[in-house]
Amino acid sequence: MNLWQQYLRPRSLTEALQVLHSAPSPVRVIAGGTDLMLDLKQGRLPPVHTLVDLTGISEMNVIEIRGKELFIGAATPLSQIATSPLVEEHARALTEACGLIAGPQVRNVATLGGNVAHALPAADGTIALTALGTQALIVDLNGRRRLPLAELFLGPGETALKVGQELLEGFYLPLCSTGQASAFNRVMRVQGIALPILNLAIWLERKNGNISQIHISAGPSGPTPRRFPKTEEALCRQPFTSEFCERALVIMLDEVHFRASPHRASSEYRQHLAAVLLQDTLKTVWQRAR
Amino acid sequence: MAQKISLNVNDKHYELACLPGETLAELLRNRLNLTGTKIGCGEAECGSCTVVIDGQAVMSCVYPAERADGKRVTTIEGLIGPDGALHPLQDAFIKHGAVQCGFCIPGQIMTAYALLEHNPDPSQAEIRSALKDTLCRCAGYPSIENAIREAASSLRTGEPIKGASVPDSESVSQVIGRTTIRPDAKSKVTGSAIYTDDLKFEKMLYAAVRRAEVPHAILREVDFDAALSVPGVVAVLTAKDVPGDKNHGLVIFDWPTMIGIGERIRYVGDALAIIAAETQEAALEAATRIEVRFDELPVVNDPVQARQPDAPILHENGNLLKHIKVRKGDMEQGFREAEVILEHTFHTPQMDHAFLEPECSIAVPLADGRMEIYVGSQIPYSDRSQVATALGWPEERVHVVGQLMGGGFGGKEDIAGQIHAALLANATGKPVKLLYNRRESLIAHPKRHATQIRVKIGAKRDGRMMAVETELYGDTGAYASLGEKVMTRATTHSAGPYEVEHVRADCYAMYTNNPPAGAFRGFGVLQSAFAVESMMDMLAVELSLDPVDLRRMNALHVGSITNTGQKLWESVGLLDCINRVDAEMRKYCSTPFSARRVNGEGGRVRAWGFAAAYKNTGLGGGAPDKSGAEVQLYPDGSLEVRTSAAELGQGLVTVLRMIVAEEFNLPPERVRVLVMDTDLTPDGGPTTASRQTYVTGNAARLAAQSLRQAVTSFLTEKHDVAPERIRFIEGLVQVDGQLDNLGEVASEMQAAGILPRALYEYSAPRTMPLGEGGDMHFAFSFAAQAAEVEVNTDTGEVRVLRVISANDVGRAINPLGLRGQVEGGIMMGLGNTITEHFIVENGRVITDRLARYRIPSIMHMPEITPIIVEHPTRDGPYGAKGVGEVVCIPTPAAISNAIFNAVGIRIDSLPIDQEQIARELSSRLPQTGERI
Ligand SMILES: Cc1cc2nc3c(=O)[nH]c(=O)nc-3n(C[C@H](O)[C@H](O)[C@H](O)COP(=O)(O)OP(=O)(O)OC[C@H]3O[C@@H](n4cnc5c(N)ncnc54)[C@H](O)[C@@H]3O)c2cc1C
Ligand code: FES
Ligand code: FES
Repeated sequence: MNLWQQYLRPRSLTEALQVLHSAPSPVRVIAGGTDLMLDLKQGRLPPVHTLVDLTGISEMNVIEIRGKELFIGAATPLSQIATSPLVEEHARALTEACGLIAGPQVRNVATLGGNVAHALPAADGTIALTALGTQALIVDLNGRRRLPLAELFLGPGETALKVGQELLEGFYLPLCSTGQASAFNRVMRVQGIALPILNLAIWLERKNGNISQIHISAGPSGPTPRRFPKTEEALCRQPFTSEFCERALVIMLDEVHFRASPHRASSEYRQHLAAVLLQDTLKTVWQRAR
Repeated sequence: MAQKISLNVNDKHYELACLPGETLAELLRNRLNLTGTKIGCGEAECGSCTVVIDGQAVMSCVYPAERADGKRVTTIEGLIGPDGALHPLQDAFIKHGAVQCGFCIPGQIMTAYALLEHNPDPSQAEIRSALKDTLCRCAGYPSIENAIREAASSLRTGEPIKGASVPDSESVSQVIGRTTIRPDAKSKVTGSAIYTDDLKFEKMLYAAVRRAEVPHAILREVDFDAALSVPGVVAVLTAKDVPGDKNHGLVIFDWPTMIGIGERIRYVGDALAIIAAETQEAALEAATRIEVRFDELPVVNDPVQARQPDAPILHENGNLLKHIKVRKGDMEQGFREAEVILEHTFHTPQMDHAFLEPECSIAVPLADGRMEIYVGSQIPYSDRSQVATALGWPEERVHVVGQLMGGGFGGKEDIAGQIHAALLANATGKPVKLLYNRRESLIAHPKRHATQIRVKIGAKRDGRMMAVETELYGDTGAYASLGEKVMTRATTHSAGPYEVEHVRADCYAMYTNNPPAGAFRGFGVLQSAFAVESMMDMLAVELSLDPVDLRRMNALHVGSITNTGQKLWESVGLLDCINRVDAEMRKYCSTPFSARRVNGEGGRVRAWGFAAAYKNTGLGGGAPDKSGAEVQLYPDGSLEVRTSAAELGQGLVTVLRMIVAEEFNLPPERVRVLVMDTDLTPDGGPTTASRQTYVTGNAARLAAQSLRQAVTSFLTEKHDVAPERIRFIEGLVQVDGQLDNLGEVASEMQAAGILPRALYEYSAPRTMPLGEGGDMHFAFSFAAQAAEVEVNTDTGEVRVLRVISANDVGRAINPLGLRGQVEGGIMMGLGNTITEHFIVENGRVITDRLARYRIPSIMHMPEITPIIVEHPTRDGPYGAKGVGEVVCIPTPAAISNAIFNAVGIRIDSLPIDQEQIARELSSRLPQTGERI
């Protein structure tokens, strides 16, 4: 069986939405294809009738400031995000995450939209976006809506997008002002799959020697990418110190149960790495936020 | 909506119809015949398929062909200039010896090409991060990196490429001992080198295999009606369609070509049915439509369980393939006289060769009733006999036409698809190609033996070793393959390269329901060296001795008697290896074995570790070790050397060419090498056991000498001069001071009815079977290695920073080729230690994708310092003995000893588990959570 029968390359968002609506099903969108092609080839997804390629749509291939926000088109390749000065200025965690994903050949085609839409609990780009307070821009033939990123995910591999109707057009990220900074880090297992044992992203605002706001996300820490509100709350209105970090860790481990993944990590190792990553990353962001 | 793809490839415009489901790699390879773009995995892991699209490197195996519409694609074939000039990257890859088997090379060059387009002066870190996902299993990463640097500089400055500067052998002659470029290097960097999957034949069918996918069962029913109805399917065969013998094998014929009804399935890769169809898709689709029914049985998971009395019995003669014994001296006395006794048990898992070229065979039925088999195989003559036996034919009816091999490492000695392709070709009367996908390769072919090794060692307080007792369990999996031989090597080498008076070793090579295990570079010795060399360091700690001193004190030397009772009367360079590595290591650090903290972020600790090794050259153990070679002189003045010995990337063809050139005193470029063809080349025996340089090297040398004699006596007669007055100089022959052209002499000889050709069948010195004392092997290579590691004490992650490796190879025939073998061997040893974990659970292979079985990338590359030690062996060609294997053997222990020295954690099972390190480090702390 051929993996697909028909391959469409719409030139505009409207055209994409129309063909998505009208093409014989099953129909799927393809961006870089670095997840989708493997899912098809390895039989995790049944063959489809139509693939709708999003990479030729210029509206989805931008990185620009829109008002008080940074907009990143969903079809923008990771290599462009990783090297964009705008992203580095406003969303350093995302720069770092995109720079760590796979190798250059994959990054040249893989997109941020694909990384998010694939909806894995520990996708690196997604975890960074989660900490950065990102809103997803969702579009269908009836119009657009915005959704805080966390609300997009329903479970592993499952999103709130209506398959065959809605698309991720892009992402809105708040601009970085003085005193704000972010960072991303991860630990891999040398043997085995390219998903991190644990990754972690932090965004914070530093005011008058204290942490005035903080977002923390880490994966895998449950069925969907998530933040840690209790841990964030505990760190707020405090200056960064090692002792404080340890108290925050206790709260974090209380707030989330890091599970074991066969052949990747035990739950104890994940907890241990959470401590290491939290402390290191927090220190980095704190220094950056000066 | 595009119904056509219009694209530019290598400055040529194409308009092509869209084919549903086609990838760009398929379009390039199948429709444009640009087969320089290779498919190593088809899963975006290896980078072999890298091409450049609009200036960006991408993996074409997961790139939909339709997306290339309107784009500019550059493939390896597009790099060569219009005048045929090589691109500086191509030239540099050749001259740096970065090309071995060559399969990954187009991908490496294209990735580098894209890098240099954007960054003309990349740093070392930039090169590495660009090549992060472009894997090379021959692993000449240092040479690849150097080649890219020099190409970059040449592109900036216009300077010509100079190439690597590798020191010559200590004693050079005309050709031997000097850096020589591989004859096939140019075709490999330009993409014109043809591997089996690049071949196409008219009306060729594509095959697929329906595998058991259960580890242990009795097959009850195979229903292939639905498969036959898939459009394009031409034939489906099952066990009852095998006309000849049902089983195949290398030593023991215990491996069914297909499992019959009522017969036993012994592992997930067992073949139940084979299909031939007009397209690959149809064949694969049909394989999934075959309905099978079986009764599953309890699984034998490991060799220890296999030996339990209540274990299910897998083969007629039980689960024990072989009990191997080594006996020397008196163990009771040895341990009584010892002042310290240590005992410990080690484990190593199965490992996969992960050669980047998956197995591929094409069987072509000929009009005269013969069958050609196109395959990259390490033992062409054995393929011929096994295929013939399965067809029920005399051997001569089968002609194996050996192809370039994209790596072998021992994994292409057994039958893969040869017999299946031949059966289908025989049944359909058409050529049939059987190409494994990566998953099939990982599941089906024989692995490195998983082992459990208990070592008990007794020594005096001063370090003198008194007794070594080992007990090994080897998991030979479902079928024997070379299991007995591999585990014999593991056993005889299990006391290390040391002189010990009292030795006892017992090995149980057991059948299980895991994938079969067979030959793999190191041939069992990698496993036992990990155990005994770890033990040596444990002993050094116990006795508070320097681990290098301990090894020096006990090292084998000329005059020593090995544990199989062999007296070593020459060519034992072990002490030299140890001393030279030690000296080099101490240049970096005067207390190499103490932990050093790294300043800066996080907890990072470094230390060195040391290990030594030895490895036999040749089959040994009483097996006749023969090889034939034929050398012929042509009227154009060129020579050809022919032998069926296999070129897997290791550089044998270069060595053979050099040897013949040396004997005729002419430039190596004048010698062609033809290998691996059962009609045209004499039997060179198996390419295994590091034997080919020695055995076939000698055959080629002696054949060349006898041809030279024939030429000499022809000229003696013709000119009526004494033979001493005839000399071979620079490709000419000098008779009494008068120069003559060799080609003309060839023509004259032919005219006189003498064919200027000589065949020599060389037999290596006789060896004795294990247990009978005397020379079990005719030569040994020796090695010492030091590795520096850095352990992240927060996360448990380990990096290898430096490796110093000395290898006693007898004589360095081609220093450039040798360097590639050394770099690649170290990287393979490193992979086996750090990145590779072949996981089988209850007989099922978990690591069935390259994404799950990680081989080292350029990111894992340490700084490598190779040291060549040359203690020539009398009967080796110019003194040479093998090197391919010994170089990777000390690596696992050197690394794990370094980890112990850094953080005090003894790794006794491979691969190194960062989680274990982190756990043990944090459990040492008074309270959890605190950082060290
Ligand atoms: C070798 C290798 C290494 C990798 N390493 C990493 C790693 O380290 N970290 C990591 O996080 N990931 C990694 N990945 C995974 C992968 O590359 C990323 O998830 C990538 O970002 C996916 O993007 P894509 O454009 O290729 O998605 P695609 O494969 O094209 O699409 C993925 C899914 O998203 C859907 N989709 C895509 N775009 C949209 C859209 N705009 N709107 C709605 N649905 C959409 C598709 O229908 C599909 O279901 C790796 C992959 C490979 C092959
Ligand atoms: S073949 Fe494409 S990455 Fe391996
Ligand atoms: S030369 Fe790279 S895989 Fe063989």
